[in-house]
Amino acid sequence: MVNLTVDGKNISTPEGTALLEAIRNAGISIPTLCAHEAVSRSGACRLCVVEIKKGNRTRIVTSCLYAAEEGLIVDTKSERVLNVRRLVMELLLARCPQSDVLKKLAKEIGVEPQPRFVADSDKGKCILCRSCVRVCEEVVGVSAIGLFARGSQKIVGTPYKEKSDVCIGCGACVYVCPTGHIEMTSTGDKRKIWGRTFKMQTCDKCGKFFAPVDQLKFISKKTGVPMSELTVCTECR
Amino acid sequence: MTKASNIASTTKNIVKKHGGDKSALIAVLQDIQETFNYLPKDALKAAGKYMGIPFSRVYEVATFYNAFSLKPRGEHIVKICMGTACHVRGAASIQDKMERTLCIKPGETTSDNKFSLETVNCVGACALGPVVVIDTEYHGQMTMNKVDKVIGKLKAEGAQS
Amino acid sequence: MKKITNALELRQVQDDLQKTYDPNKQMVTICAGTGCRGYGCIKVKDALEAEISRQNINVEVRATGCFGFCEKGPLVVVHPQKIFYQRVGEKDVADIVTRTVMQGEVVEKLFYRDPATSETVMKEEDVPFYKKQQRLVFGSNGIIDPTRIESYIAIGGYSALAKALSEMSPEGIINEVKKASLRGRGGGGFMAGTKWEGCRKAHGSPKYIIANGDEGDPGAYMDRSLMEGNPHSIVEGMIIGAYAIGASQGYIYVRNEYPLAVVHLSMAIESAREAGLLGKNILGSDFSFDIAINKGGGAFVCGESSALFASIEGRAGEPRAKYVHAVEKGLWDKPTVLNNVETWANVPLIINKGADWYASIGTEKSKGTKIFSLVGKINNTGLVEVPMGMKLREIIYDIGGGIPNGRKFKAVQTGGPSGGCIPESLLDLPVDFDKLYEVGSMMGSGGMIVMDDRSCMVDVAKYFLAFLQEESCGKCVPCREGVRRMREILEDICAGKGTEGDIELLEKISQGIADGSLCALGGSAPNPVLSTIKYFRDEYDAHIKDHRCPAGVCKALITYSIDPEKCTGCGMCIKVCPTQATSGEKKKAHTIDDKKCTRCGACIESCKFDAINVK
Repeated sequence: MVNLTVDGKNISTPEGTALLEAIRNAGISIPTLCAHEAVSRSGACRLCVVEIKKGNRTRIVTSCLYAAEEGLIVDTKSERVLNVRRLVMELLLARCPQSDVLKKLAKEIGVEPQPRFVADSDKGKCILCRSCVRVCEEVVGVSAIGLFARGSQKIVGTPYKEKSDVCIGCGACVYVCPTGHIEMTSTGDKRKIWGRTFKMQTCDKCGKFFAPVDQLKFISKKTGVPMSELTVCTECR
Repeated sequence: MTKASNIASTTKNIVKKHGGDKSALIAVLQDIQETFNYLPKDALKAAGKYMGIPFSRVYEVATFYNAFSLKPRGEHIVKICMGTACHVRGAASIQDKMERTLCIKPGETTSDNKFSLETVNCVGACALGPVVVIDTEYHGQMTMNKVDKVIGKLKAEGAQS
Repeated sequence: MKKITNALELRQVQDDLQKTYDPNKQMVTICAGTGCRGYGCIKVKDALEAEISRQNINVEVRATGCFGFCEKGPLVVVHPQKIFYQRVGEKDVADIVTRTVMQGEVVEKLFYRDPATSETVMKEEDVPFYKKQQRLVFGSNGIIDPTRIESYIAIGGYSALAKALSEMSPEGIINEVKKASLRGRGGGGFMAGTKWEGCRKAHGSPKYIIANGDEGDPGAYMDRSLMEGNPHSIVEGMIIGAYAIGASQGYIYVRNEYPLAVVHLSMAIESAREAGLLGKNILGSDFSFDIAINKGGGAFVCGESSALFASIEGRAGEPRAKYVHAVEKGLWDKPTVLNNVETWANVPLIINKGADWYASIGTEKSKGTKIFSLVGKINNTGLVEVPMGMKLREIIYDIGGGIPNGRKFKAVQTGGPSGGCIPESLLDLPVDFDKLYEVGSMMGSGGMIVMDDRSCMVDVAKYFLAFLQEESCGKCVPCREGVRRMREILEDICAGKGTEGDIELLEKISQGIADGSLCALGGSAPNPVLSTIKYFRDEYDAHIKDHRCPAGVCKALITYSIDPEKCTGCGMCIKVCPTQATSGEKKKAHTIDDKKCTRCGACIESCKFDAINVK
């Protein structure tokens, strides 16, 4: 266990815990956008920054990645921290003016859109947090999507914006996306995502469409469980 | 042999040359571009296949680095140096002149496939600024007049052969 | 070269080679760095060889690496007198060979001529550009053949390695480097010895060392010239460092835009291997180490250490949070030391001549020399190596020869896109790591871009933001989105669309970007903007309030007009104007239609009478 001070409060936490968890467990709120429990962390959105003091040195770090240390002094609301959060929200509001999630978060933090930033209209609701790419790589294991190009040209999607041969239509990317940018539509026995249409499997018991056939085939191949045992939806199991 | 399978087998050999090592991806892509003058889609797919790297990862690397072109490039690659020293010595006017002369913008290729235009960040020949590199030749102290001369000469060479 | 199996044998090889390298022997050296190749120096070299062969004399023509006075290339030095010839063309070769080489006579028209006094200088060391320099690291560039290891050994190369392996312990070497207070030459200025010690103590294997040859700062090309001109100095430094740290594998990361450097480094590594100086059991010790070269893919961000590691690992060059130091978890999460190529090249010097000697040069906290690239609006463009602590004024005027065409000095930009602009009032600043930080700039990798009264400082800030926007990896919000928005505001200002409050907004955003960015690219992105606002506020105000560009650069804020007193009506401007904006009768003063004029500058370039005014 290590002891540290957060906003003047003494807290104890197991060594190696990320500051984000340690702070939240102490009842102090920290906003995040790119951290999702299902995937590894990248520290990309910078919303969770805190100011730490170690000896004589102060530093702004992302609490999602910085590990708790003995004797650390943490300030979650210093002027520098609030300034970074405000800037990040202003920039994201300008990038994704249509996002209700961002508008709500901005309101919670007390940030208004910056009129001098001309709003984009071609970025959708994507904040390039990379959660979708990470879940497809780390959890599903097919790496159908990626973040391409760099800088302000960076964009999420499939290579060449073409249908992916390896996508299984599972929709994991949709579930982890913090802003709902990724489109997945279902009509009857079809699901459409990333430009590809998947045939949906009906449940043997209740007859509802519940998962793409390709997804079940993938699970069958990966686990060795025969298809016949996978064609029952989670509710009917 | 179809063009696609030719590309795939050439790529396979390149991958082999680098020991099939995943971390050699950038070097593999550099060799592919050296061979084909750009990165064909089939080569990227083959590289992923033979190196055991997902296609989306290969594409990420291919689109991240400026050195790579995913579109076929022209016979002559014209690179305008946009380093600070060249900028201070008027590189922006040289770029404008080059764009007017070739009728293309950076990242594009002329319709007769003869010239591709790119901008590059500092080639390290600052005393010669403004610098334009065409293929492997460095042209220093560029002026708008010299742009006409150099491009004119290259256009004439093609016409003769 | 045959394999050398121990330190004693190396000394023997050295002695043998030194005997063949007779300083009194006749030789003609010609600079063959990338810059001079752009001047056509290879043709000159071929012509020299042909003429010498024709004259049937036995004199070596040696193509060397860059020896720094790039403004005046092609450069030829005739040994042993060290007669220095500049701007040598193929047509001068016959004279040089028959008169200087064969008869010891000088060809005065090829001498360096002082622009102010018109005095000529014969010897290389007397040329003002070289006189005040202290070329400890760079000096050999003008003498050795970079493609031959024998050339390097003949001047004492690899004796530091022999000394290190046979007389010193790894800890002893680290202590020596610490005592010398060698600070990183790539921009960070971190104590190299401390870094090496941290890595030596770290847990994990294998350990790696890397030479950063990415040199992304535009306008800086010192590393290129070192890698091209003296690759063995870097290799030797790395081998010594690897021995001290306990590393078994090294990488030299060279940016994609330096093909000649890659060739020369590859040759150096290959020949070092053949000579048994790389590979297994170096010089008969139980220390084994090898070096591989990695070419960059064209990304400035890969000069940042964690992005560089990602690149070597075959991934996109995105930096990652550095809450654990690279010396503990670096390349492939193993203990890694990353140092700039110039830092590595300093190591053999320190081992050979000792830390006390090294620490006697420079200032209290910045020891040794630094190689700078002095470029832009300067008379003597080139690479200069000076002791730390020399005043900026001395570098720009005494060595650099001041500003060309009678124009006035305005600012010198140091530290690349992470640095700032230093105005005339601060020219007496000594150049070292800390002094430049204090005024809002930094030394960076050593680029010094000089600007005159025709450089617009708002345009310079805009240029750097455009550069950084292009090079940003795009991972974190403050840099990817923030730099873009700052650039948009600067584009507005340069287009006459700036508004009251823009400067304050830029300053506010700057704080958030500096604090919130993941890596130093974003973290220092505001510097060029903040330093130009600090020292050239009046220019910003002119752009925003008066819609005026005092330097005459920003196209939307200037007009071109023809001075009827100077115009001779020659018609050149009409010929070159792409929009037919100029018109006039022959021999009568011409005029420019402001509505059609795009301010492309073609007329200014073509006018021989300086008749075009820019307001």
